[in-house]
Amino acid sequence: MTDSKYFTTTKKGLTSYYMLIDKMNVSLTQDCEDPNPLIRALAVRTMGCIRVDKITEYLCEPLRKCLKDEDPYVRKTAAVCVAKLHDINAQLVEDQGFLDTLKDLISDSNPMVVANAVAALSEIAESHPNSNLLDLNPQTINKLLTALNECTEWGQIFILDCLANYTPRDDRESQSICERVTPRLSHANSAVVLSAVKVLMKFMEMLPKDLDYYGTLLKKLAPPLVTLLSAEPELQYVALRNINLIVQRRYGYTNAVLAELKEYATEVDVDFVRKAVRAIGRCAIKVEQSAERCVSTLLDLIQTKVNYVVQEAIVVIKDIFRKYPNKYESVIATLCENLDSLDEPEARAAMIWIVGEYAERIDNADELLESFLEGFHDESTQVQLQLLTAIVKLFLKKPTETQELVQQVLSLATQDSDNPDLRDRGYIYWRLLSTDPVAAKEVVLAEKPLISEETDLIEPTLLEELICHIGTLASVYHKPPSAFVEGSRGVQHKRLPGSAGSGESVESPDTGSAAGASDAPPAVIPSQGDLLGDLLNLDLTPPATTGPPPPATSGLQLGAMDLLGGGLDSLVCSSRSLAERTGQVLKHSLVCLLALMSLGLNDGTFLSFLAFFFFNFGLAPAGPLQVLTPLSPNQSIEVALPLSTVGPVMKMDPLNNLQVTVFYFWNFLRTKLQ
Amino acid sequence: MIGGLFIYNHKGEVLISRVYRDDIGRNAVDAFRVNVIHARQQVRSPVTNIARTSFFHVKRSNIWLAAVTKQNVNAAMVFEFLYKMCDVMTAYFGKISEENIKNNFVLIYELLDEILDFGYPQNSETGALKTFITQQGIKGQHQTKEEQSQITSQVTGQIGWRREGIKYRRNELFLDVLESVNLLMSPQGQVLSAHVSGRVVMKSYLSGMPECKFGMNDKIVIDKQGKGGASDDAGKSDLGGGSGKQSIAIDDCTFHQCVRLSKFDSERSISFIPPDGEYELMRYRTTKDIILPFRVIPLVREVGRTKLEVKVVIKSNFKPSLLAQKIEVRIPTPLNTSGVQVICMKGKAKYKASENAIVWKIKRMAGMKESQISAEIELLPTNDKKKWARPPISMNFEVPFAPSGLKVRYLKVFESKLNYSDHDVIKWVRYIGRSGIYETRC
Repeated sequence: MTDSKYFTTTKKGLTSYYMLIDKMNVSLTQDCEDPNPLIRALAVRTMGCIRVDKITEYLCEPLRKCLKDEDPYVRKTAAVCVAKLHDINAQLVEDQGFLDTLKDLISDSNPMVVANAVAALSEIAESHPNSNLLDLNPQTINKLLTALNECTEWGQIFILDCLANYTPRDDRESQSICERVTPRLSHANSAVVLSAVKVLMKFMEMLPKDLDYYGTLLKKLAPPLVTLLSAEPELQYVALRNINLIVQRRYGYTNAVLAELKEYATEVDVDFVRKAVRAIGRCAIKVEQSAERCVSTLLDLIQTKVNYVVQEAIVVIKDIFRKYPNKYESVIATLCENLDSLDEPEARAAMIWIVGEYAERIDNADELLESFLEGFHDESTQVQLQLLTAIVKLFLKKPTETQELVQQVLSLATQDSDNPDLRDRGYIYWRLLSTDPVAAKEVVLAEKPLISEETDLIEPTLLEELICHIGTLASVYHKPPSAFVEGSRGVQHKRLPGSAGSGESVESPDTGSAAGASDAPPAVIPSQGDLLGDLLNLDLTPPATTGPPPPATSGLQLGAMDLLGGGLDSLVCSSRSLAERTGQVLKHSLVCLLALMSLGLNDGTFLSFLAFFFFNFGLAPAGPLQVLTPLSPNQSIEVALPLSTVGPVMKMDPLNNLQVTVFYFWNFLRTKLQ
Repeated sequence: MIGGLFIYNHKGEVLISRVYRDDIGRNAVDAFRVNVIHARQQVRSPVTNIARTSFFHVKRSNIWLAAVTKQNVNAAMVFEFLYKMCDVMTAYFGKISEENIKNNFVLIYELLDEILDFGYPQNSETGALKTFITQQGIKGQHQTKEEQSQITSQVTGQIGWRREGIKYRRNELFLDVLESVNLLMSPQGQVLSAHVSGRVVMKSYLSGMPECKFGMNDKIVIDKQGKGGASDDAGKSDLGGGSGKQSIAIDDCTFHQCVRLSKFDSERSISFIPPDGEYELMRYRTTKDIILPFRVIPLVREVGRTKLEVKVVIKSNFKPSLLAQKIEVRIPTPLNTSGVQVICMKGKAKYKASENAIVWKIKRMAGMKESQISAEIELLPTNDKKKWARPPISMNFEVPFAPSGLKVRYLKVFESKLNYSDHDVIKWVRYIGRSGIYETRC
């Protein structure tokens, strides 16, 4: 077996090297005519390895012959050789018409030739994002599906990965492809299984959700995934990373773990127990059907009276109340019994929140809260803040009996406390209550957005793209290919097709201007990340001179996610609390600072882009954005944009880091990008 | 696709280096050595990204196999390929060791050229490969044209895993049903989780291109037949011996690539032309109605702060005529154990300080029996506030039946071209149930 890598390529030996290659070429060309198909294939395979531009021209004629060879072994080798040649000299391959010959091989009678042709075409197509190379139509799809049943396990992977790029015309076609792909779920090769899952996950999006087949398919998907976990450890790792993605997209199988978690919750190891209790809470919030059982499990645990179990359970139940308001309030009485045993701030705060929130149903709510108030200054800030809010809520619900209590807490918070957060909040309540009690009621007792469990959740557009990459490295890293692949390969962004029913995700990405972008749904962070990606990888796309930011709907991804690292994370957290604050204190609308930045690039072209990173968390622009003329480098301006709260917001964070957020992010971006 | 493949010895010296693509530089081979093999902290992820180059590695004894790429390749495929590569090498020259690799490196390069073309995995079935990768040179052999085209059509054909013209004087096949039963039980005896993962391994020594059909007591099949009114007496011949169950519900199964999957999907029948020799026909998983071969009943009592009393009863739960073997019960002891006294009715028990456990071994035990161990554990007083976490009691054993209840109903062999029939084939079936993670909390 020869391979150019085995020759030295120093300049000294170059002349003799070329001579040698020349000689070899002659003999290889002869070998391409050999009566033995194995020799012919060997010759064409070896020729593809000689990566010398001049020589490749000699390759064309023998290759053309081999692509039409009578022996399938030669044809399947020649198909791969086209990909090799394309890697050396793409233009030559196009000029010589090899791509068309390769396309013809998709209809070859031999399944392995088909598989290799598909693999070669898929790879070539990746480096020509716009060419319609893999011109998949129902006829070719049909041929691929036939070959799928007959070719080697590797061939099946090539074909399935290729199928995943196809977008069926309608739900019927989608269903028929799914039906023919499902048998692959029982293949022993996990890569075949994962690739089949990828095709199914993608095409399922097209099926109407009320279709019987949709449910059947969903049921069929789960067992093979569980089976993957008994594979070899390396594959288990790949499988787990993928299952993480799939489960985020399709919840619903988590019920079975409850008994085990409950058992764990009676363990001796305290940290472990806490985690188990938290996990039960997560189940309740994630899977609505299991919530009831989770709550009763938690109640059982509270009955054990083990101190830390009870405390943890109360923290968890608070979240469950927020997720399912007015559903499980019957358990409040049990919770109140355990009031005295709570000594951890988080549990105390949670309990106080519950009492405040459901003050009208707890007869002695005022007494309970009053008992907390006695040691007000010894409490942690978390508890103090919560207590303040709870008493104000109580007052608004039962104004007659609790006037004294509220005055007491307000004076404690505003006059006797050194904590600015507590004081601020106290004053806000005080002024609200004194100026306009009706408004106060509206603000403080506002309907709270539902929380959702989203620990370790991947941002939806990224998730969509990763689903299209199931089984691949992207799914292992949980990053889009552009984050770790160089050059133009694999930077095409994939997305799931829209479902037949809802047209919302099928919208073609429109080339919006800044004004267009302000209509975009709240998914701005990723598109901004993508801009960063573009800025950092200048060779990828020509820089835009007028600076229209890609619209958020384009499903583009966080190209520079790894670069931003923790920065975005902390931004995300604090934006959440911002949204929370917006939701609670300034309910209807607020004018929020919008950072408009423009960045200068080294080559003198300017890009300006918007960074309205708040929207993702429940805020949406209330009007169009007033964008000024394109900005010059290193200039920053501030523009006001009215925002309204519409989307759901999450979690109760301390409401104190709005300003910090903005400043932090400003400085962060500056240091990173200038 | 795969850009290159390297094999290293335990020191990180390169034994085999095959680069398929230009984007993999010469430094890639060193990058893996420095960042993974010689890494200060053990690298736990099997996928490592070093300077935008991704490395996939698996280890076999002390040999490292690493595939390298710069593209967004199918990660599952790369690992499956690496495993396959190991299988192929084992089939050619036995154990994967440094010496064997050095002695066969020409062969390995030849194999790598054949089964990975430009980084695309090609037919990697040893049966087919052995017909033309023989280390003797193709030109040297005087093959007829028919032989040549037979080879190529087999390598590229639908039945790439079996060559034509196999002949045996005695047509024989062996079926092994190998199961591993996993359990987590609460101290009160409530099953918290249990599943069986099983494999059907087949060794076939059959002439020609036999068409096989495999049948087991799959609930879906049996129910279907029941509706059809066909009486089924195969279920009565109790090969499993563990229970009298007629059929079992299989959660999921996967098959060797020889099995026609579309046929399984539509008719749930398992038909195939088997590879020659040993291979894994199917894997399956069950979670319902598992026969738990042993029940462990723990009793742990803390006597004061410096003493623990442990009593563990094990009960075998299968036919008295069957024998379980290699029974081992592992009872964890606290870290501050100073001394242990053990009394057991059967077998041998020992306190192993290095493993923090009492290990109780019994060679054999018949069904429907019980045995008991009691131990007194002396503890050193500690200041550690954290209480002993009481890890679960684990168990190992081997039983001669399938804990899932799976039974082989038939394996029919048809070979129309040769003159042997299903009756002439000698068939052997064996069931082995082993413990996977078999734990009882205490």
